[in-house]
Amino acid sequence: MISFDCKRSRGDFTLDGKFETRDGVTALFGSSGAGKTTVLRLIAGLERPDHGRIVIGGTCVVDTEAGIWLPAHKRRAGLVFQDAQLFPHYDVHKNLTYARRFRPADEKALTFDTVIGVLAISHLLDRKPETLSGGERQRVAIGRALLSYPQILLFDEPLASLDLPRKLEILSLIEKIRDEFKIPIVYISHSVDEIARLASHVIRLAKGRVITKGSASDVLSLVKSPVAADRFDLVSMITAKVEREDNNYAVTVLAHPAGKIVVPYKVEPGQDHVKVAVRATNVTLALAPPGPMSVRTVLEGEVAEVQESDGPFALVTVRLTGGDRVYAYMTRMAAAELKLKAGVRVFALAKTVAMDERGIGGLRLS
Amino acid sequence: MWAITPDELTAIKLSLKVASVAMVFSLPLAVGVAFALSRGRFLGKTLLDGLIHLPLVLPPVVTGYALLLLFGKKGPIGSFLAETFGLVFSFRWTGAALAAAVMGFPLMVRAIRLAMDSIEPGVEAAASTLGASPMWVFLTVTLPMSAQGIIAGAMLSFAKALGEFGATITFVSNIPGETQTIPAAIYSLTQTPGGDDGALRLSLFSVALSLVALVVSETLARRAGSRGVRLQ
Repeated sequence: MISFDCKRSRGDFTLDGKFETRDGVTALFGSSGAGKTTVLRLIAGLERPDHGRIVIGGTCVVDTEAGIWLPAHKRRAGLVFQDAQLFPHYDVHKNLTYARRFRPADEKALTFDTVIGVLAISHLLDRKPETLSGGERQRVAIGRALLSYPQILLFDEPLASLDLPRKLEILSLIEKIRDEFKIPIVYISHSVDEIARLASHVIRLAKGRVITKGSASDVLSLVKSPVAADRFDLVSMITAKVEREDNNYAVTVLAHPAGKIVVPYKVEPGQDHVKVAVRATNVTLALAPPGPMSVRTVLEGEVAEVQESDGPFALVTVRLTGGDRVYAYMTRMAAAELKLKAGVRVFALAKTVAMDERGIGGLRLS
Repeated sequence: MWAITPDELTAIKLSLKVASVAMVFSLPLAVGVAFALSRGRFLGKTLLDGLIHLPLVLPPVVTGYALLLLFGKKGPIGSFLAETFGLVFSFRWTGAALAAAVMGFPLMVRAIRLAMDSIEPGVEAAASTLGASPMWVFLTVTLPMSAQGIIAGAMLSFAKALGEFGATITFVSNIPGETQTIPAAIYSLTQTPGGDDGALRLSLFSVALSLVALVVSETLARRAGSRGVRLQ
Protein backbone atom coordinates (compact mmCIF):
# COMPACT_ATOMS: atom_id res chain seq x y z
CA MET A 1 0.00 0.00 0.00
CA ILE A 2 2.76 2.43 0.97
CA SER A 3 6.21 2.20 -0.43
CA PHE A 4 8.61 4.30 1.59
CA ASP A 5 12.22 5.10 0.89
CA CYS A 6 13.42 8.33 2.47
CA LYS A 7 16.36 10.02 4.03
CA ARG A 8 16.05 13.02 6.29
CA SER A 9 18.63 14.61 8.60
CA ARG A 10 17.92 17.12 11.33
CA GLY A 11 20.64 18.00 13.79
CA ASP A 12 22.41 14.80 14.74
CA PHE A 13 19.43 12.55 13.96
CA THR A 14 19.23 10.86 10.59
CA LEU A 15 16.29 8.84 9.41
CA ASP A 16 17.15 6.52 6.57
CA GLY A 17 14.61 3.81 5.90
CA LYS A 18 13.08 1.74 3.15
CA PHE A 19 10.04 -0.50 3.52
CA GLU A 20 6.63 -1.40 2.18
CA THR A 21 3.41 -1.67 4.15
CA ARG A 22 0.68 -4.26 3.58
CA ASP A 23 -3.09 -4.36 3.74
CA GLY A 24 -4.43 -4.65 7.26
CA VAL A 25 -2.31 -3.20 10.04
CA THR A 26 1.37 -2.54 9.56
CA ALA A 27 3.10 -1.57 12.78
CA LEU A 28 6.10 0.68 13.11
CA PHE A 29 7.78 -0.49 16.25
CA GLY A 30 10.71 0.90 18.18
CA SER A 31 11.70 2.78 21.30
CA SER A 32 11.22 6.54 21.54
CA GLY A 33 13.64 8.45 19.39
CA ALA A 34 13.73 5.65 16.81
CA GLY A 35 12.16 7.92 14.19
CA LYS A 36 8.67 6.42 14.09
CA THR A 37 6.82 9.73 14.24
CA THR A 38 9.10 11.27 11.61
CA VAL A 39 8.20 8.41 9.26
CA LEU A 40 4.50 9.05 9.83
CA ARG A 41 4.86 12.81 9.32
CA LEU A 42 6.76 12.18 6.08
CA ILE A 43 3.96 9.90 4.86
CA ALA A 44 1.28 12.43 5.85
CA GLY A 45 3.11 15.26 4.11
CA LEU A 46 3.86 17.28 7.24
CA GLU A 47 7.60 17.02 6.62
CA ARG A 48 9.74 16.83 3.54
CA PRO A 49 12.47 14.23 3.03
CA ASP A 50 15.94 15.39 2.02
CA HIS A 51 16.02 12.58 -0.51
CA GLY A 52 13.54 9.90 -1.31
CA ARG A 53 10.25 8.74 -2.65
CA ILE A 54 6.92 7.76 -1.11
CA VAL A 55 4.07 6.06 -2.97
CA ILE A 56 0.65 5.71 -1.35
CA GLY A 57 -1.76 3.31 -3.01
CA GLY A 58 -0.21 3.78 -6.43
CA THR A 59 0.08 7.58 -6.22
CA CYS A 60 3.55 9.02 -5.90
CA VAL A 61 3.23 11.72 -3.24
CA VAL A 62 6.85 12.74 -3.05
CA ASP A 63 9.87 12.06 -5.21
CA THR A 64 12.82 14.35 -4.69
CA GLU A 65 14.52 13.12 -7.88
CA ALA A 66 11.52 13.79 -10.08
CA GLY A 67 10.54 16.95 -8.19
CA ILE A 68 7.15 15.61 -7.12
CA TRP A 69 5.56 17.03 -3.99
CA LEU A 70 1.92 16.50 -3.05
CA PRO A 71 0.98 18.67 -0.04
CA ALA A 72 -0.62 17.11 3.04
CA HIS A 73 -4.16 18.14 2.15
CA LYS A 74 -4.06 16.28 -1.15
CA ARG A 75 -2.72 12.98 0.19
CA ARG A 76 -5.85 11.53 1.77
CA ALA A 77 -3.79 10.11 4.61
CA GLY A 78 -5.81 10.34 7.83
CA LEU A 79 -3.53 10.93 10.79
CA VAL A 80 -4.65 10.21 14.36
CA PHE A 81 -2.35 12.10 16.70
CA GLN A 82 -1.13 10.98 20.09
CA ASP A 83 -3.12 13.71 21.80
CA ALA A 84 -6.18 13.89 19.51
CA GLN A 85 -5.62 17.53 18.37
CA LEU A 86 -9.34 18.24 18.03
CA PHE A 87 -10.45 21.71 16.99
CA PRO A 88 -11.15 23.37 20.35
CA HIS A 89 -13.42 26.03 18.84
CA TYR A 90 -15.80 23.53 17.23
CA ASP A 91 -18.15 21.07 18.91
CA VAL A 92 -17.78 17.34 18.29
CA HIS A 93 -20.22 17.38 15.37
CA LYS A 94 -18.28 20.15 13.58
CA ASN A 95 -15.02 18.33 14.28
CA LEU A 96 -16.38 15.17 12.69
CA THR A 97 -17.79 16.93 9.63
CA TYR A 98 -14.81 19.22 9.07
CA ALA A 99 -13.61 17.16 6.11
CA ARG A 100 -17.05 16.88 4.52
CA ARG A 101 -16.44 19.63 1.98
CA PHE A 102 -13.24 17.94 0.77
CA ARG A 103 -14.97 14.63 0.10
CA PRO A 104 -14.12 13.26 -3.34
CA ALA A 105 -17.16 13.01 -5.58
CA ASP A 106 -16.85 9.24 -6.03
CA GLU A 107 -16.66 8.50 -2.32
CA LYS A 108 -19.69 7.11 -0.56
CA ALA A 109 -18.42 4.10 1.31
CA LEU A 110 -18.47 5.59 4.79
CA THR A 111 -21.41 7.49 6.15
CA PHE A 112 -21.51 9.73 9.18
CA ASP A 113 -24.03 7.46 10.90
CA THR A 114 -21.93 4.32 10.41
CA VAL A 115 -18.87 5.97 11.84
CA ILE A 116 -20.53 7.46 14.92
CA GLY A 117 -22.27 4.13 15.42
CA VAL A 118 -19.08 2.10 15.40
CA LEU A 119 -17.27 4.62 17.59
CA ALA A 120 -20.26 5.00 19.93
CA ILE A 121 -20.03 8.78 20.05
CA SER A 122 -23.56 9.82 19.11
CA HIS A 123 -24.20 11.16 22.61
CA LEU A 124 -21.18 13.49 22.40
CA LEU A 125 -22.09 15.44 19.27
CA ASP A 126 -23.03 18.70 21.02
CA ARG A 127 -20.07 18.73 23.37
CA LYS A 128 -16.93 20.87 23.09
CA PRO A 129 -13.61 18.96 23.03
CA GLU A 130 -12.49 20.49 26.34
CA THR A 131 -15.37 18.72 28.13
CA LEU A 132 -14.45 15.25 26.81
CA SER A 133 -12.41 12.62 28.61
CA GLY A 134 -9.17 11.35 27.08
CA GLY A 135 -10.78 8.23 25.64
CA GLU A 136 -13.72 10.16 24.19
CA ARG A 137 -11.37 12.67 22.61
CA GLN A 138 -9.40 9.90 20.96
CA ARG A 139 -12.58 8.26 19.63
CA VAL A 140 -13.70 11.58 18.11
CA ALA A 141 -10.24 12.04 16.59
CA ILE A 142 -10.47 8.58 14.99
CA GLY A 143 -13.96 9.40 13.69
CA ARG A 144 -12.76 12.69 12.28
CA ALA A 145 -9.91 10.94 10.45
CA LEU A 146 -12.25 8.21 9.13
CA LEU A 147 -14.68 10.82 7.81
CA SER A 148 -11.94 12.45 5.77
CA TYR A 149 -12.27 9.43 3.45
CA PRO A 150 -8.64 8.42 3.80
CA GLN A 151 -6.88 5.96 1.54
CA ILE A 152 -4.83 5.05 4.55
CA LEU A 153 -5.07 5.66 8.29
CA LEU A 154 -1.99 6.60 10.30
CA PHE A 155 -2.00 6.17 14.07
CA ASP A 156 0.71 7.89 16.10
CA GLU A 157 0.68 6.13 19.48
CA PRO A 158 -3.03 6.83 19.96
CA LEU A 159 -3.12 5.06 23.33
CA ALA A 160 -0.14 6.80 24.91
CA SER A 161 -2.07 9.14 27.18
CA LEU A 162 -4.91 6.77 28.16
CA ASP A 163 -5.46 4.50 31.15
CA LEU A 164 -5.70 0.74 30.67
CA PRO A 165 -9.50 0.29 30.31
CA ARG A 166 -9.54 3.16 27.77
CA LYS A 167 -6.59 1.61 25.95
CA LEU A 168 -8.48 -1.66 25.50
CA GLU A 169 -11.58 0.19 24.35
CA ILE A 170 -9.65 2.04 21.61
CA LEU A 171 -7.72 -1.11 20.67
CA SER A 172 -10.90 -3.03 19.96
CA LEU A 173 -12.17 -0.03 17.97
CA ILE A 174 -9.07 -0.09 15.82
CA GLU A 175 -9.62 -3.84 15.32
CA LYS A 176 -13.16 -3.07 14.18
CA ILE A 177 -11.95 -0.42 11.75
CA ARG A 178 -9.36 -2.85 10.41
CA ASP A 179 -11.95 -5.60 9.91
CA GLU A 180 -15.08 -3.67 8.91
CA PHE A 181 -13.86 -0.69 6.89
CA LYS A 182 -10.89 -2.41 5.24
CA ILE A 183 -8.77 0.71 5.37
CA PRO A 184 -5.05 -0.05 5.50
CA ILE A 185 -3.54 1.15 8.75
CA VAL A 186 -0.04 2.16 9.79
CA TYR A 187 0.22 1.99 13.55
CA ILE A 188 3.05 3.38 15.66
CA SER A 189 3.78 2.07 19.10
CA HIS A 190 6.53 1.07 21.42
CA SER A 191 4.33 -1.52 23.11
CA VAL A 192 4.89 -5.09 21.91
CA ASP A 193 1.54 -6.11 23.34
CA GLU A 194 -0.45 -3.61 21.29
CA ILE A 195 1.42 -4.55 18.16
CA ALA A 196 1.12 -8.29 18.76
CA ARG A 197 -2.62 -7.83 19.01
CA LEU A 198 -3.22 -5.51 16.03
CA ALA A 199 -0.59 -5.91 13.40
CA SER A 200 0.00 -8.54 10.77
CA HIS A 201 3.16 -6.90 9.49
CA VAL A 202 5.81 -5.23 11.61
CA ILE A 203 8.67 -2.87 10.79
CA ARG A 204 11.12 -2.39 13.58
CA LEU A 205 13.07 0.87 13.74
CA ALA A 206 16.07 1.82 15.83
CA LYS A 207 18.03 5.07 15.64
CA GLY A 208 16.39 6.07 12.38
CA ARG A 209 17.00 2.78 10.59
CA VAL A 210 14.88 -0.23 9.75
CA ILE A 211 16.39 -3.14 11.63
CA THR A 212 13.85 -5.88 10.89
CA LYS A 213 10.64 -6.21 8.92
CA GLY A 214 8.28 -9.09 8.30
CA SER A 215 5.22 -10.79 9.71
CA ALA A 216 4.28 -9.86 13.26
CA SER A 217 5.09 -13.22 14.80
CA ASP A 218 8.46 -13.31 13.03
CA VAL A 219 9.57 -9.81 13.96
CA LEU A 220 8.30 -9.87 17.52
CA SER A 221 9.97 -13.18 18.22
CA LEU A 222 13.04 -12.81 16.06
CA VAL A 223 16.04 -12.60 18.28
CA LYS A 224 19.45 -13.02 16.80
CA SER A 225 21.17 -13.12 20.13
CA PRO A 226 19.53 -13.04 23.52
CA VAL A 227 22.10 -10.51 24.71
CA ALA A 228 21.45 -8.00 21.97
CA ALA A 229 17.68 -7.88 22.29
CA ASP A 230 15.75 -6.26 25.07
CA ARG A 231 14.43 -9.33 26.83
CA PHE A 232 11.23 -7.51 27.86
CA ASP A 233 10.33 -6.91 24.20
CA LEU A 234 10.22 -10.56 23.21
CA VAL A 235 6.77 -12.13 23.05
CA SER A 236 5.39 -15.39 21.72
CA MET A 237 2.00 -15.52 20.09
CA ILE A 238 -0.33 -18.41 20.81
CA THR A 239 -3.67 -18.89 19.11
CA ALA A 240 -6.24 -20.86 21.09
CA LYS A 241 -9.95 -21.66 21.06
CA VAL A 242 -12.31 -20.11 23.60
CA GLU A 243 -13.51 -22.91 25.86
CA ARG A 244 -15.58 -21.03 28.40
CA GLU A 245 -15.97 -17.72 30.19
CA ASP A 246 -15.92 -17.96 33.93
CA ASN A 247 -18.15 -15.19 35.29
CA ASN A 248 -17.38 -16.09 38.84
CA TYR A 249 -13.69 -15.31 38.53
CA ALA A 250 -13.91 -12.92 35.53
CA VAL A 251 -11.50 -14.97 33.45
CA THR A 252 -11.70 -16.82 30.15
CA VAL A 253 -10.38 -20.33 29.71
CA LEU A 254 -8.83 -21.14 26.33
CA ALA A 255 -8.17 -24.62 25.03
CA HIS A 256 -4.91 -25.35 23.21
CA PRO A 257 -3.70 -28.85 22.26
CA ALA A 258 -0.81 -28.31 24.68
CA GLY A 259 -3.04 -27.41 27.61
CA LYS A 260 -5.42 -24.81 28.99
CA ILE A 261 -4.67 -21.09 28.96
CA VAL A 262 -6.38 -18.82 31.47
CA VAL A 263 -6.59 -15.17 30.41
CA PRO A 264 -8.00 -12.32 32.48
CA TYR A 265 -11.40 -10.74 31.71
CA LYS A 266 -13.84 -11.71 29.00
CA VAL A 267 -13.46 -12.02 25.29
CA GLU A 268 -15.52 -9.98 22.80
CA PRO A 269 -18.68 -11.88 21.93
CA GLY A 270 -18.54 -13.67 18.62
CA GLN A 271 -14.85 -14.53 18.85
CA ASP A 272 -14.08 -18.20 18.98
CA HIS A 273 -10.31 -17.97 18.62
CA VAL A 274 -8.07 -15.65 20.56
CA LYS A 275 -4.49 -14.62 19.95
CA VAL A 276 -2.51 -14.31 23.17
CA ALA A 277 0.84 -12.58 23.47
CA VAL A 278 3.00 -14.06 26.21
CA ARG A 279 6.18 -12.29 27.22
CA ALA A 280 9.25 -14.49 27.31
CA THR A 281 10.05 -13.16 30.78
CA ASN A 282 6.69 -14.50 32.02
CA VAL A 283 7.36 -18.10 31.08
CA THR A 284 8.73 -20.63 33.57
CA LEU A 285 9.79 -24.12 32.45
CA ALA A 286 9.35 -27.25 34.55
CA LEU A 287 10.62 -30.76 33.76
CA ALA A 288 7.64 -32.51 35.35
CA PRO A 289 3.97 -31.52 35.72
CA PRO A 290 4.10 -29.20 38.70
CA GLY A 291 2.17 -29.96 41.87
CA PRO A 292 -0.40 -27.67 43.48
CA MET A 293 0.47 -24.03 42.74
CA SER A 294 -1.14 -20.75 41.77
CA VAL A 295 -0.18 -20.70 38.10
CA ARG A 296 -3.20 -21.75 36.00
CA THR A 297 -1.64 -21.99 32.58
CA VAL A 298 0.52 -25.05 31.96
CA LEU A 299 1.45 -25.98 28.39
CA GLU A 300 3.22 -29.13 27.34
CA GLY A 301 5.92 -29.27 24.68
CA GLU A 302 9.55 -29.97 23.96
CA VAL A 303 12.61 -27.78 23.82
CA ALA A 304 13.50 -26.79 20.26
CA GLU A 305 16.54 -24.63 20.93
CA VAL A 306 18.59 -23.12 23.74
CA GLN A 307 20.48 -19.90 23.00
CA GLU A 308 22.93 -18.74 25.62
CA SER A 309 24.37 -15.26 25.99
CA ASP A 310 27.66 -14.18 27.48
CA GLY A 311 25.70 -12.54 30.26
CA PRO A 312 23.39 -14.07 32.80
CA PHE A 313 20.54 -15.04 30.46
CA ALA A 314 19.52 -17.85 28.15
CA LEU A 315 16.61 -18.00 25.74
CA VAL A 316 14.80 -21.31 25.42
CA THR A 317 12.42 -21.97 22.53
CA VAL A 318 9.72 -24.55 23.24
CA ARG A 319 7.69 -26.22 20.50
CA LEU A 320 4.22 -26.76 21.97
CA THR A 321 2.19 -29.89 21.35
CA GLY A 322 -0.08 -29.07 18.41
CA GLY A 323 2.04 -26.22 17.01
CA ASP A 324 2.96 -22.68 18.19
CA ARG A 325 6.20 -21.75 19.85
CA VAL A 326 6.76 -20.30 23.26
CA TYR A 327 9.89 -18.45 24.29
CA ALA A 328 11.17 -18.54 27.83
CA TYR A 329 13.89 -16.34 29.23
CA MET A 330 15.76 -17.74 32.20
CA THR A 331 19.19 -17.55 33.72
CA ARG A 332 21.95 -19.57 32.12
CA MET A 333 22.32 -21.15 35.51
CA ALA A 334 18.74 -22.50 35.43
CA ALA A 335 19.12 -23.81 31.88
CA ALA A 336 22.33 -25.60 32.82
CA GLU A 337 21.05 -27.09 36.07
CA LEU A 338 17.91 -28.44 34.34
CA LYS A 339 20.13 -29.75 31.51
CA LEU A 340 17.84 -28.17 28.92
CA LYS A 341 18.63 -29.00 25.34
CA ALA A 342 16.71 -29.73 22.13
CA GLY A 343 14.25 -32.60 22.54
CA VAL A 344 13.73 -32.38 26.32
CA ARG A 345 10.05 -32.57 27.37
CA VAL A 346 9.01 -29.52 29.37
CA PHE A 347 5.97 -27.80 30.82
CA ALA A 348 5.72 -24.06 30.19
CA LEU A 349 4.04 -22.06 32.95
CA ALA A 350 2.62 -18.56 32.41
CA LYS A 351 1.05 -16.38 35.08
CA THR A 352 -2.32 -14.92 34.12
CA VAL A 353 -1.68 -11.73 36.09
CA ALA A 354 1.46 -11.07 34.07
CA MET A 355 -0.41 -11.23 30.73
CA ASP A 356 -1.06 -7.77 29.37
CA GLU A 357 -4.68 -7.33 28.28
CA ARG A 358 -3.44 -5.20 25.39
CA GLY A 359 -1.80 -8.33 24.03
CA ILE A 360 -4.92 -10.46 24.00
CA GLY A 361 -6.97 -10.14 20.82
CA GLY A 362 -10.66 -9.43 21.19
CA LEU A 363 -10.59 -8.92 24.93
CA ARG A 364 -13.13 -6.76 26.70
CA LEU A 365 -13.16 -5.49 30.25
CA SER A 366 -16.42 -6.33 32.00
CA MET B 1 -20.11 73.41 33.58
CA TRP B 2 -20.99 69.95 32.20
CA ALA B 3 -22.48 70.99 28.87
CA ILE B 4 -20.24 70.01 26.00
CA THR B 5 -19.65 72.83 23.53
CA PRO B 6 -20.07 72.28 19.76
CA ASP B 7 -16.29 72.58 19.31
CA GLU B 8 -15.66 69.87 21.85
CA LEU B 9 -18.30 67.68 20.21
CA THR B 10 -16.52 68.11 16.88
CA ALA B 11 -13.27 66.95 18.47
CA ILE B 12 -14.99 63.91 20.02
CA LYS B 13 -16.64 62.90 16.74
CA LEU B 14 -13.40 63.38 14.86
CA SER B 15 -11.49 61.28 17.39
CA LEU B 16 -13.98 58.41 17.09
CA LYS B 17 -13.82 58.59 13.30
CA VAL B 18 -10.02 58.70 13.22
CA ALA B 19 -9.67 55.82 15.72
CA SER B 20 -12.26 53.62 13.95
CA VAL B 21 -10.75 54.15 10.52
CA ALA B 22 -7.24 53.55 11.86
CA MET B 23 -8.36 50.31 13.51
CA VAL B 24 -10.41 48.95 10.61
CA PHE B 25 -7.77 49.60 7.96
CA SER B 26 -4.80 48.34 9.93
CA LEU B 27 -6.51 45.15 11.18
CA PRO B 28 -6.17 43.00 8.01
CA LEU B 29 -2.56 44.12 7.58
CA ALA B 30 -1.81 43.41 11.24
CA VAL B 31 -3.31 39.89 10.95
CA GLY B 32 -1.17 39.24 7.88
CA VAL B 33 2.01 40.55 9.48
CA ALA B 34 1.34 38.68 12.74
CA PHE B 35 0.82 35.46 10.77
CA ALA B 36 4.03 35.99 8.80
CA LEU B 37 5.99 36.67 12.00
CA SER B 38 4.42 33.74 13.85
CA ARG B 39 4.61 31.06 11.15
CA GLY B 40 6.95 32.29 8.48
CA ARG B 41 10.61 31.57 8.07
CA PHE B 42 12.02 34.20 5.75
CA LEU B 43 14.99 36.46 5.31
CA GLY B 44 14.66 39.80 7.11
CA LYS B 45 12.10 38.55 9.62
CA THR B 46 13.97 40.13 12.53
CA LEU B 47 14.25 43.38 10.59
CA LEU B 48 10.49 43.40 9.90
CA ASP B 49 9.82 42.67 13.54
CA GLY B 50 12.05 45.56 14.60
CA LEU B 51 10.57 47.97 12.07
CA ILE B 52 7.04 47.27 13.29
CA HIS B 53 8.00 47.78 16.91
CA LEU B 54 9.87 51.01 16.18
CA PRO B 55 6.91 53.37 16.85
CA LEU B 56 6.62 51.83 20.31
CA VAL B 57 10.09 52.97 21.35
CA LEU B 58 10.73 56.06 19.19
CA PRO B 59 9.66 59.47 20.47
CA PRO B 60 6.22 60.01 18.87
CA VAL B 61 7.47 63.29 17.41
CA VAL B 62 10.09 61.37 15.44
CA THR B 63 7.45 58.99 14.08
CA GLY B 64 5.29 61.98 13.12
CA TYR B 65 8.22 63.65 11.40
CA ALA B 66 9.05 60.44 9.52
CA LEU B 67 5.43 60.27 8.36
CA LEU B 68 5.66 63.89 7.23
CA LEU B 69 8.77 63.10 5.21
CA LEU B 70 7.29 59.94 3.64
CA PHE B 71 3.60 60.77 3.32
CA GLY B 72 3.77 64.57 3.09
CA LYS B 73 2.79 66.38 -0.13
CA LYS B 74 6.36 66.14 -1.39
CA GLY B 75 7.17 62.81 0.23
CA PRO B 76 7.82 59.85 -2.08
CA ILE B 77 4.80 57.85 -0.95
CA GLY B 78 2.56 60.85 -0.29
CA SER B 79 3.04 62.37 -3.76
CA PHE B 80 2.50 58.99 -5.41
CA LEU B 81 -0.75 58.32 -3.52
CA ALA B 82 -2.00 61.87 -4.16
CA GLU B 83 -1.35 61.61 -7.90
CA THR B 84 -2.57 58.05 -8.39
CA PHE B 85 -5.52 57.77 -6.05
CA GLY B 86 -6.12 61.36 -5.02
CA LEU B 87 -5.43 60.26 -1.46
CA VAL B 88 -3.94 63.13 0.53
CA PHE B 89 -2.69 62.70 4.09
CA SER B 90 -0.98 65.93 5.04
CA PHE B 91 -3.08 68.23 7.23
CA ARG B 92 -6.17 66.07 6.69
CA TRP B 93 -8.06 63.81 9.08
CA THR B 94 -6.84 60.88 6.95
CA GLY B 95 -3.32 61.77 8.06
CA ALA B 96 -4.44 61.71 11.69
CA ALA B 97 -5.87 58.23 11.05
CA LEU B 98 -2.59 57.13 9.44
CA ALA B 99 -0.56 58.42 12.39
CA ALA B 100 -2.90 56.67 14.83
CA ALA B 101 -2.73 53.43 12.82
CA VAL B 102 1.08 53.45 12.74
CA MET B 103 1.32 54.16 16.46
CA GLY B 104 -1.19 51.44 17.35
CA PHE B 105 0.18 48.89 14.87
CA PRO B 106 2.85 47.30 17.12
CA LEU B 107 0.29 46.79 19.89
CA MET B 108 -2.13 45.18 17.47
CA VAL B 109 0.47 42.90 15.86
CA ARG B 110 1.83 41.88 19.25
CA ALA B 111 -1.54 40.80 20.63
CA ILE B 112 -2.45 38.85 17.49
CA ARG B 113 0.96 37.25 17.19
CA LEU B 114 0.89 36.07 20.81
CA ALA B 115 -2.48 34.43 20.19
CA MET B 116 -1.20 32.74 17.02
CA ASP B 117 1.97 31.57 18.76
CA SER B 118 -0.09 29.83 21.43
CA ILE B 119 -2.01 27.69 18.93
CA GLU B 120 -0.77 24.13 19.10
CA PRO B 121 0.86 23.32 15.71
CA GLY B 122 -0.77 19.88 15.72
CA VAL B 123 -4.23 21.37 15.33
CA GLU B 124 -3.30 23.07 12.07
CA ALA B 125 -1.46 19.93 10.94
CA ALA B 126 -4.60 17.90 11.70
CA ALA B 127 -6.69 20.23 9.54
CA SER B 128 -4.33 19.85 6.61
CA THR B 129 -4.26 16.04 6.83
CA LEU B 130 -8.07 16.16 6.78
CA GLY B 131 -7.88 17.83 3.38
CA ALA B 132 -7.90 21.56 4.16
CA SER B 133 -5.75 23.78 1.94
CA PRO B 134 -3.40 26.23 3.71
CA MET B 135 -5.87 29.08 3.06
CA TRP B 136 -8.74 27.08 4.50
CA VAL B 137 -6.67 26.09 7.53
CA PHE B 138 -5.95 29.77 8.10
CA LEU B 139 -9.62 30.74 7.82
CA THR B 140 -11.14 27.90 9.86
CA VAL B 141 -8.43 27.16 12.42
CA THR B 142 -5.79 29.87 12.80
CA LEU B 143 -8.12 32.86 12.58
CA PRO B 144 -10.91 31.65 14.90
CA MET B 145 -8.41 30.23 17.37
CA SER B 146 -6.67 33.62 17.60
CA ALA B 147 -9.96 35.54 17.82
CA GLN B 148 -9.27 36.66 21.38
CA GLY B 149 -5.93 38.13 20.40
CA ILE B 150 -7.41 39.83 17.33
CA ILE B 151 -10.15 41.47 19.39
CA ALA B 152 -7.71 42.50 22.08
CA GLY B 153 -5.31 43.89 19.50
CA ALA B 154 -8.05 45.83 17.72
CA MET B 155 -9.26 47.38 20.95
CA LEU B 156 -5.75 48.25 22.10
CA SER B 157 -5.11 49.96 18.79
CA PHE B 158 -8.44 51.81 19.06
CA ALA B 159 -7.65 53.00 22.56
CA LYS B 160 -4.13 53.99 21.52
CA ALA B 161 -5.57 55.93 18.56
CA LEU B 162 -7.92 57.88 20.86
CA GLY B 163 -4.96 59.00 22.93
CA GLU B 164 -2.41 59.58 20.14
CA PHE B 165 -0.97 63.08 20.30
CA GLY B 166 2.71 63.51 19.46
CA ALA B 167 2.89 61.90 16.03
CA THR B 168 -0.48 63.34 15.00
CA ILE B 169 0.31 66.95 15.88
CA THR B 170 3.73 66.70 14.19
CA PHE B 171 2.34 65.13 11.02
CA VAL B 172 -1.00 66.88 10.50
CA SER B 173 -0.90 69.77 12.99
CA ASN B 174 -3.85 70.80 15.13
CA ILE B 175 -6.65 72.05 12.89
CA PRO B 176 -10.07 72.23 14.55
CA GLY B 177 -12.63 70.17 12.65
CA GLU B 178 -9.98 68.49 10.51
CA THR B 179 -7.14 67.11 12.61
CA GLN B 180 -7.93 68.29 16.12
CA THR B 181 -8.63 65.07 18.01
CA ILE B 182 -9.50 64.95 21.73
CA PRO B 183 -5.90 65.08 23.03
CA ALA B 184 -5.05 67.96 20.67
CA ALA B 185 -8.21 69.79 21.73
CA ILE B 186 -7.34 69.30 25.41
CA TYR B 187 -3.85 70.61 24.73
CA SER B 188 -5.26 73.69 22.98
CA LEU B 189 -7.77 74.31 25.77
CA THR B 190 -5.08 74.18 28.44
CA GLN B 191 -3.15 76.82 26.49
CA THR B 192 -6.20 79.09 26.29
CA PRO B 193 -7.29 81.37 29.20
CA GLY B 194 -10.60 80.03 30.60
CA GLY B 195 -10.23 76.71 28.82
CA ASP B 196 -9.86 74.67 32.01
CA ASP B 197 -13.49 73.55 32.18
CA GLY B 198 -13.44 72.33 28.61
CA ALA B 199 -10.14 70.50 29.17
CA LEU B 200 -11.59 68.78 32.24
CA ARG B 201 -14.78 67.77 30.38
CA LEU B 202 -12.84 66.30 27.47
CA SER B 203 -10.43 64.55 29.84
CA LEU B 204 -13.27 62.92 31.75
CA PHE B 205 -14.90 61.92 28.48
CA SER B 206 -11.60 60.47 27.34
CA VAL B 207 -11.29 58.39 30.51
CA ALA B 208 -14.86 57.09 30.10
CA LEU B 209 -14.30 56.21 26.43
CA SER B 210 -11.10 54.30 27.16
CA LEU B 211 -12.81 52.39 29.95
CA VAL B 212 -15.69 51.43 27.67
CA ALA B 213 -13.25 50.26 24.98
CA LEU B 214 -11.40 48.09 27.49
CA VAL B 215 -14.58 46.57 28.96
CA VAL B 216 -15.97 45.85 25.50
CA SER B 217 -12.73 44.20 24.43
CA GLU B 218 -12.59 42.07 27.60
CA THR B 219 -16.18 40.93 27.13
CA LEU B 220 -15.78 40.13 23.45
CA ALA B 221 -12.55 38.28 24.09
CA ARG B 222 -14.09 36.23 26.86
CA ARG B 223 -17.05 35.33 24.68
CA ALA B 224 -14.76 34.36 21.81
CA GLY B 225 -12.80 32.22 24.23
CA SER B 226 -15.75 30.26 25.51
CA ARG B 227 -17.78 29.86 22.36
CA GLY B 228 -15.34 30.32 19.59
CA VAL B 229 -15.92 32.34 16.48
CA ARG B 230 -17.64 30.36 13.77
CA LEU B 231 -16.69 30.96 10.22
CA GLN B 232 -18.05 27.90 8.53
